[in-house]
Amino acid sequence: MSASGFIGLLAGKYCCPMKTKPIAFFITFTWLSIFSFLPMLLILIASFLSKDSLNLVTFPFTLDNYSHLLSGPFANILLRSIAAAFLTTGGCLLLAYPFSYLLIKSKHQSLLLILIIIPFWTSSLVRTYALLSILKFKGIANALLLKLHFIETPLNLLYSNTAVIVGLIYTLFPFMVLPIFSNMEQFDFKLLEAGQDLGANRLDSFFRIFLPNTAPGITTGCLLVFLPAMTLFYIPNILGGARSILLGNLIQNQFLVFENWPQGAATSVVLTLSIVLLLSFYRRPPKEFVN
Amino acid sequence: MRLLKKIYLGFIYFFLYAPIIMLIMYSVNNTRYSLIWQGFSLRWYHELFVDSGLWAAFFHSVWLGLSAAFISTTLGLLTCIQLFFTRRKKRRFFYALLVLLIVIPDLVFGIASLLFFNFSGIPLGFVSLLIAHITFCLPFVIYTINSRIHTLDPNLYFSALDLGASRVRALTQILLPLLWPAIFSALLLAFTLSFDDVIISYFIAGPDYNILPLTIYSLVRAGVTPELNALCTITFLISMVLVIIANKLKRVSP
Repeated sequence: MSASGFIGLLAGKYCCPMKTKPIAFFITFTWLSIFSFLPMLLILIASFLSKDSLNLVTFPFTLDNYSHLLSGPFANILLRSIAAAFLTTGGCLLLAYPFSYLLIKSKHQSLLLILIIIPFWTSSLVRTYALLSILKFKGIANALLLKLHFIETPLNLLYSNTAVIVGLIYTLFPFMVLPIFSNMEQFDFKLLEAGQDLGANRLDSFFRIFLPNTAPGITTGCLLVFLPAMTLFYIPNILGGARSILLGNLIQNQFLVFENWPQGAATSVVLTLSIVLLLSFYRRPPKEFVN
Repeated sequence: MRLLKKIYLGFIYFFLYAPIIMLIMYSVNNTRYSLIWQGFSLRWYHELFVDSGLWAAFFHSVWLGLSAAFISTTLGLLTCIQLFFTRRKKRRFFYALLVLLIVIPDLVFGIASLLFFNFSGIPLGFVSLLIAHITFCLPFVIYTINSRIHTLDPNLYFSALDLGASRVRALTQILLPLLWPAIFSALLLAFTLSFDDVIISYFIAGPDYNILPLTIYSLVRAGVTPELNALCTITFLISMVLVIIANKLKRVSP
């Protein structure tokens, strides 16, 4: 039986419209509930339990994990992560907004677009490694600067907070471009002409017509950059120094190094709650991002 | 002004691609330490080729990626076809769940899965990886197929039924041919997602089942080597080809 026949048979038998119960939908729904929402619930429960060296978590219920977060180095790291995420989002937005506009107007749009889609889907670990290999002490960036006599001694480009920010912008840039681009693509440029006919100057056209119309794309882009910026733990691990720990690294360490699961769970809960809070400002599902 | 635009575009693409191009060049440079070009050589690729541990990790990753992609695409496709025929109200909650799954950081999903597998007694290894990979591929598959299926007219299907086609026939001869490009595209993207995932797998791979991205991660932490350049080049090129094909397919209209 051909593949198409097989799937058709399955689909016809199990998800035929209107007549029988929607089994495929039910399976997917159950699957997602068991393997993604139940685990999230477990994190919430674990965050109220105590640490146990043998079973990892144990009763009784306690609020200690949360009060620990208020003291200690956590607040410091949280603030630093938020600052890093803001810098990354701002940097990406500043680069991506004019870039998307140029992309809309470009004659070679399909080629330029696929060159943005490729890094969107490919491994950001590999791309971080590529950045590492050119920024390292004896890497090509230093060699080039020395050769051009811009510098006398090789610079230490790595293992700093700046390197982490550059790495994050480098990795997350496509996630800002694609939503902004697909939103701008739907913008009707005749609106600008109409505005000009009605006496708007260039500043007016931008701030009162173009910007408000492309704002949904900006919001989606900022979300897609801001959230991973706080949690991509391998970028600070690879490019950062001992002091550039971000929230993602903290959670990773709490789970795998200190084996303090309840504490790690509490940290994740705070992170998730702040994300939900962020999302509540934003209702539409990010459809743009699949194209 | 026109020049300025070109310089800006050029700068962005240089920023994005210079590291990758250098990576590829150094992977075929015939020297271990020097930065200077010493001639073309596939010697680092040869070193990878004879490393049996790496091959094992590679096959694990491919097998995992294929299984996750096929299962999530089949499930996603059937779900999409069903959603296509159900009323709008019912879909809302389901989509909200999918969006939630997309926006929750990989890290949180990874540790949530770690907790889940730990308490449910499912051993860490292939099974845990497969379950998690199917779960995080599903939303992307559903979105990819949905964005195509929404351009179709449900009456195409119903007119086939009116003209006497059986349900199976209406599906295989009307709906599926229209959906093939999106299905392949979803399949390839799901494979790429699974093949490249580091963060989630990092928590739930367990000690015995080694996969390629995690091998790369542990090597990257040890430092830059020509072998690793070659390995990263191969991984990048595989994903790149798949993404290009997936993207071409998405634009095909039969």
